[in-house]
Amino acid sequence: MRRHLMILEFALSCLCRRKYKNLALLFAFSLLVFILSSILLLTYALKKEAIEILQGAPEITVQRTVAGRHELIPVEYINKIKTIPGVGKVEPRYWGYYYDPFIGANYTLLGANRDMLRKIEILEGKSFFSEQKGVCIVGKGVAKAYFAEVGDRITIIGADGISYTFKIAGIFKTASDILTNDLIILSNDDIKRLFQIPTGFATDIVVEVYNPEEIETVAEKIKKLFPSTRPITREEILRTYESLFDWRSGMILTMFIAAVVAFVILAWDKATGLSAEERREIGILKAIGWESSDIMELKFWEGFVLSSLSFFTGLIGGYMHVFFFGAPLLSTALKGWSVVFPTLKLTPYVSAYQILVLLFLTVVPYMASTIVPSWKAAMTEPDQVMRG
Amino acid sequence: MILHPGIIALLGGTSLVTVMVLYSSYEGFKIIRYWDRESSSARQLSLERKTYLLSSMIAFVLAINLLSLFLFIYTVDDIHTQFVGAMCATGTLNANTIGWWALLLKVTIFFVSSIWILINYIDQRTENLPLVRKKYASLILFLPLFILDVYFEIKFFLGLSPDVITSCCGALFSENSRGIASTLAGLPIRPMKYTFFATVAAYFLTGFLSYRYTKIWLIYLTAFLAILFFFISIVSLISFISLYFYEIPTHHCPFDILQKEYHYVGYPLYITLLGATVFGLFPGFAELMKAEGVPLMHWQRRWLLTALLLLIVFFLIVLYPMIFSSFTLEGYD
Repeated sequence: MRRHLMILEFALSCLCRRKYKNLALLFAFSLLVFILSSILLLTYALKKEAIEILQGAPEITVQRTVAGRHELIPVEYINKIKTIPGVGKVEPRYWGYYYDPFIGANYTLLGANRDMLRKIEILEGKSFFSEQKGVCIVGKGVAKAYFAEVGDRITIIGADGISYTFKIAGIFKTASDILTNDLIILSNDDIKRLFQIPTGFATDIVVEVYNPEEIETVAEKIKKLFPSTRPITREEILRTYESLFDWRSGMILTMFIAAVVAFVILAWDKATGLSAEERREIGILKAIGWESSDIMELKFWEGFVLSSLSFFTGLIGGYMHVFFFGAPLLSTALKGWSVVFPTLKLTPYVSAYQILVLLFLTVVPYMASTIVPSWKAAMTEPDQVMRG
Repeated sequence: MILHPGIIALLGGTSLVTVMVLYSSYEGFKIIRYWDRESSSARQLSLERKTYLLSSMIAFVLAINLLSLFLFIYTVDDIHTQFVGAMCATGTLNANTIGWWALLLKVTIFFVSSIWILINYIDQRTENLPLVRKKYASLILFLPLFILDVYFEIKFFLGLSPDVITSCCGALFSENSRGIASTLAGLPIRPMKYTFFATVAAYFLTGFLSYRYTKIWLIYLTAFLAILFFFISIVSLISFISLYFYEIPTHHCPFDILQKEYHYVGYPLYITLLGATVFGLFPGFAELMKAEGVPLMHWQRRWLLTALLLLIVFFLIVLYPMIFSSFTLEGYD
């Protein structure tokens, strides 16, 4: 044990003696870990955020499709869905997207039902009653785009070409940024008027199911009742989000594989290209009684110290990048695109799994790349180098 | 399904390892062919030097393999949410059953490479390297395992397609993918308990006796019991040990104990289990590889002691929830 520690100490002093060469490697290594850890941490945090938000989503969302595309759904379907045992509240939902030509951004417009208005708490200003017309609640991003405050009015051009104005009753606070940033909540009647939704139709229908075990059966029954609909369960949305985020981060990681390879080549090169001084040093060590296996251990410790140092530097850097600064370097690639960007305040989340994956992507290739060079160094003949 | 960070890392790691084993086998072949202890030719010298490289490569392979075993389980667990009916890693493995084979292979590779390291250890500490040929012959013999490992992994992950929303309707109805059992049915609890405790006791006793007296037949018996102990423990883990950690009489999953919710207790549990088995196997295998001029007895005793200590730790971890949690299995066993 003591012997190993002594070799470790010697390795540390070796690293210090060749500061600049090792600093260059340290920098490149940390940068690599920084990028890869940012990707991993960001995607997992986004995934977590999505999952948390979706916990509050309705159990089943029923959409009607015509020729494979989403269509308005007749409200009368509700009565039949209500008769399915185990089904709780069934409500129509009115919503849509709106492109604002003045700002050049897309908003989500959502009709509010009574329950939702009662539940909204994260407000500056106050909520409104569902019967009230001409008022709205907007997300922070929307308010910022209009330079609007509570009490101001915003203008939305309806499908009939007439512009409607709405008084801002409240603004969402940052706590639910991703969800509410580009959101405008109006009363159902306003939305119907704005989008010219014919009476008796809704955008989709949300279904509450009391027992989570019965969700799939209920969805199946709805599908049988109305073959032209597609009931989407909450679980399905969750699954889709998960694989989407996995796919995205995997995609970006794959692009960075080239960087990993380049780094491995750099590490290999650095480890192989021993200076004459280093060779002499190894020669002397062997001459005074170090065995080849000791030299290999020395090289192993050097690599170990270097990689753990860079790994933690990179990981801490990635952590700060993602959770303190909102991942400015990556967010456009991973979040999707929109003009009204939410400012990300992600919940910090690091798991042992992410670290293990990172280790496999960075430290393992590095260690592998140093095996052959350190063996070559260990095989140096003392008499040759000292004479030379 | 291949573009998941964990899967990329896993495939990268195992491919790297396989390339190393391939290279080592190639060099090993040369060693088998040309090794001549008496010769002082340049070739012999370079071969002798190569052995250093190869042994550190295989040590690396073993380390990566152990890590990849856990990474594999972790990844499989991480993606379980994307499959209908899957509750944990078991569900994902059931979604494409070749995953079970991949897992089994990884455990096998762990044992195989530890034993290789053992032989190497003995060999390098002997004056005239008597085991060189056997050592590299066995390496070539094991090569297919590593290649198969990569193949199984790729086949497993390519064969997984997550159940996501499709454009026509929910995935739920497009395919009949439901009804995948996500639990492992365990063996009856009470007989399994007796078997487990009896095996542990027998293993400990034989191990202790062979530590004390170092009789050859005892050492072989210990090695045999080590293998038995490993399998019985895995079966018991599924049958009743895991239940005590989950405190649910119906949850038999051997993977969930690796999760944060159970304080990662699975890691010490599996590591001590693997360690107790491997170190119990070592003396027996070393006996098989016995050569002159080796202080074998001394090592064997050290390994046996390690095995016994690991066994005690393993046993204590198993025992802890049985004694200290308020959960009992009375009425279920």
